[in-house]
This record gives sequence, C-alpha cells and structure tokens, in this order.
Amino acid sequence: MKKTPSVFDIIGPVMIGPSSSHTAGAVRLGLMARAILGEQPTSATLVLHGSFAQTHKGHGTDRALVGGLLGFDVDDERIANAFDEAKQAGMEVAIQTADLWEYAHPNTARIEMRAGDRALSVTGSSVGGGSIVITQIDDYAVHLTGAAATLIIPHKDEYGVVAHVTSILAAHKINIASMSSLRESRGEDALMVISVDGAVTEDALQEIRDTEDVYRTMLVQPLHH
Amino acid sequence: MLRFDSAADLTALCEKESKTIADLVIEVESADTDESREAILDLMRSRLQIMAESIAKGRALRKRSHSGLSGGDAAKLAAASGTRAPLLGELAHKTMGDALAVAELNASLGKIVAAPTAGSSGVLPAVMLNLTEHLQQSEDDLVRAAFTASGIGILIAKHATLSGAEGGCQAECGAASAMAAAAAADLMGADAKTILNAAALALKNSLGLTCDPVAGLVEVPCAKRNAFHAVHALVAAEMAMAGIESVIPFDEVVSAMRETGRLMSDRLRESALAGLARTPTAVAIAEELARG
Repeated sequence: MKKTPSVFDIIGPVMIGPSSSHTAGAVRLGLMARAILGEQPTSATLVLHGSFAQTHKGHGTDRALVGGLLGFDVDDERIANAFDEAKQAGMEVAIQTADLWEYAHPNTARIEMRAGDRALSVTGSSVGGGSIVITQIDDYAVHLTGAAATLIIPHKDEYGVVAHVTSILAAHKINIASMSSLRESRGEDALMVISVDGAVTEDALQEIRDTEDVYRTMLVQPLHH
Repeated sequence: MLRFDSAADLTALCEKESKTIADLVIEVESADTDESREAILDLMRSRLQIMAESIAKGRALRKRSHSGLSGGDAAKLAAASGTRAPLLGELAHKTMGDALAVAELNASLGKIVAAPTAGSSGVLPAVMLNLTEHLQQSEDDLVRAAFTASGIGILIAKHATLSGAEGGCQAECGAASAMAAAAAADLMGADAKTILNAAALALKNSLGLTCDPVAGLVEVPCAKRNAFHAVHALVAAEMAMAGIESVIPFDEVVSAMRETGRLMSDRLRESALAGLARTPTAVAIAEELARG
C-alpha cells in the first residue's frame, strides 16, 4: 500500500515549468551541488547526459541547474534568466553534453565546479517528480537524496578521525541516520558522508571543523518539498 | 481518527459524519502533518493565489516557447471572442483559454502550481477560477472545491499513479480533469456521491490516453490537451449534476486506469519513442531542435 500523499503534493509543488523531472529536479541538483561545495562556485561546467543532453534547452534544464547553483529554489522566477543572473553574480558557466556511462539514469548531470583554487565535481540524477539523487562527489560513490541534513567531510585518512567526528555528534545528541566513510587509498584523502536525524547545531559543526585532519565540513540542509 | 482509503469510504464517512469531502481531506492532512486547520487553509489560499497569477501571466504571454512549439494560442482564443460569439458559451471559452494560458506559461519557464503535474497544470485553475466567478461563489467555496479536488488526486495517487512515465497522460491530464470535475460539481453544490460521479465520468473518459510528446518536450500535444481536458471536466460535472451516474464506480475506474497504464507500452509513456512523437513532422522538429 502506497503512503497517503499530502494535499500539497497533489496541488503543488509551486515550481518553474515545464517539467518536474527536467526543470524542478535540475534546480535541486544545482542546489545540492552548491551545498556540497559549501559556497557559490566561481565557475561551473555542466556535463549533461541522456535525456538531459537531448532536451535541456526546451525544458530549461541548463538554466535550472544554473539557478540551483545560484541558490534559487524551484519556484524562483529568476531561473528563466539564470544565465544573466550568473554573469551578474560572477559565475562562469559552460554547457557540455556527453555520454557519461552506459547505465547512468537518462536524466543525469555532472556539475564540475571551481571556487577559488578548489575544484569539486558532483554527479546526480533527476529520478522523477522532482526527486533527485546525488550519486558521486568527485570519484566517491554516494547516495544523497536531500531528505535529511547531511555532513560532507573531506579529511585525511588517519587513525581516529572518524571516531572523533562521531563522538562529537554523540556528545551533541545528534543521531546518525546513515554514514559512509570512503577513501582513495590508505593514508591519503578520504570522505565522510553522514546523514543525521534533525538539525546539526552550529556548536557541533564548529567542533567538527576544528578536528585535526578534517579539511572542511559542509552541511547540506534537506531540500524543501 | 478519521481515515479514508477509497471513494466508497469517503461517501460513507460524509454521510455518517455529515461532513463534506473537503472537511475529511483537511482533517486527514491536519492529522498527518500536525498543522492546524487554519494553517492548511492558508497554504491552499496561497496556492490558489499563485494559480490566479499564473492565469494572468499566461493570458499576457505573447512570445513562443524556446522550442517555438507553443505560446500565443491563448491570446488567439481571447482575440477570437471579440469577433464572434463563442460556440460553447463564455464559460467554456474562458476555461479552455485559461487552461491553455497556464500550459503555455509552464512551457515558457513560468511559475505554476503542479496540479497534479506541471504538464497538466492548466486544467484545475482554469476550471475552478472561472466557475467560481461564473457562479459568483465566495473564496471559501473556491478553497473547499480545491480540497475536494485534492481528495480525488490523493485517491488516484494512492491506488494508481500521477506520473506520465508510469501511467501515460491519463495519469496527468486525465487525473487533472477528474480533480477539476469534482471541484466543478462541488462549486455547483453537489453532494459527495455526485462529486465522485463527476470525477469517475471524467477519468473514465480519459482512460488509455498516452504520453507521446513531440521532441520529449511538455508542449505538443500537452498545452492544447489542457484546454480540451478543462472543458471535458465541465462536461463531466454537468452530466453528474443532471443525475447521470458512472456505471463503473470511481474506485474501480482508478483500478482500470492503473491496469491500463501497466499494459501501455513504455514507448507511449513519456519516452517520445512512439505515437505523435514519431510522426514525420515530429521527427523533423526533433532533428531541427537537436541541431540547435
């Protein structure tokens, strides 16, 4: 038995048209990429795959992704002029199409971002009705849907870093809903992805940021639905 | 606590509790979300406000969409009413025009309320807002009708689907038309049984509708289909108000819709691989657009 939907899923969402998957979902992919980077990119290359590559102009998928990178939500009318908005905000944008890989979802985009001297790529798919899933951060395979607050923590693969971070969350009574710890190779760079129940307090965030061998800590807030 | 899982539940509860469909929908929403009745009514009012704005913006739209496949047709309809009396009367004329206006706004990256989807977003606002004005009903009546329509959408979502990729256009414009027919019957003063007959008649007459959009874009045949299905909803409400019943009850029509969607080839479910999307003209348009 399917769950009873809310009235406002039926009469809603309020969104910029024309397509929940190709427009609203694309905005959300952009918003997630921005949140994972932790700031507005200074430049972004959007690599569009499958149906996104074929129909992005007619559906405004390109503008929707750019709008998301600028922090616009799905109902923000500035999305229609997102390229001009990006120019004004000092964000360079390039659009490419490519076959990313054979089994990628047809509505997939890889967003290659730069902010100052940092580079980060985020890959995700719009899987229907405006729902999205982020499948890759750089070369790390992840699974983020924007449903829960999530910490993205690039760090050095050293003894005790993971334990330290999780003990900070425990001390602040923040419950971990799911967690993955990924690394390139032993002793090199690694990535923690931690989804939590409820909110992450500013104090907890600061303590994690101050942890030795943690490079950065990004808090990705849940998407509005 | 009150719960409904079918149209049969809804009619029984309405009779037993002396409540409207809208009351029950609001009570369940309130229980599920912990929001007050007033907060839920306010959120619906704001959705209706955005619907009204989308009609106004769509009416004013003169340019074609990015693809050039849609835009400006609502304006053509409006202009035609100045030269001759509308064949179907003013209400039907304005309703089809406003459904088209919202669908065209949607295609041109305008702000709309998905109801239940973006591709079918013109039907419900056009029917509800024009009929409210035509019958000189109050804002409270309009809000009630919107919750009645939501109840129909909830049942279709729960027992079938509201996704074109899963159920074809019967799940989008078909569902929107059933919701709009229910809202229209409500605005005309119908009881729960009559409202469900209106919804059943509209959905029944939408069964088998495929989703075969030209070049994969939400424009052809989607925009004009919104106009057709808005008037279609008025026809269903008119019949139900005359006491005409759907031989097949609403719950069974929804089951039939689910089965029809499952039996429909995936080539006819939003993939643009068959039907209108593969006609020579559509293929030429798609190739032209791909060249940029």
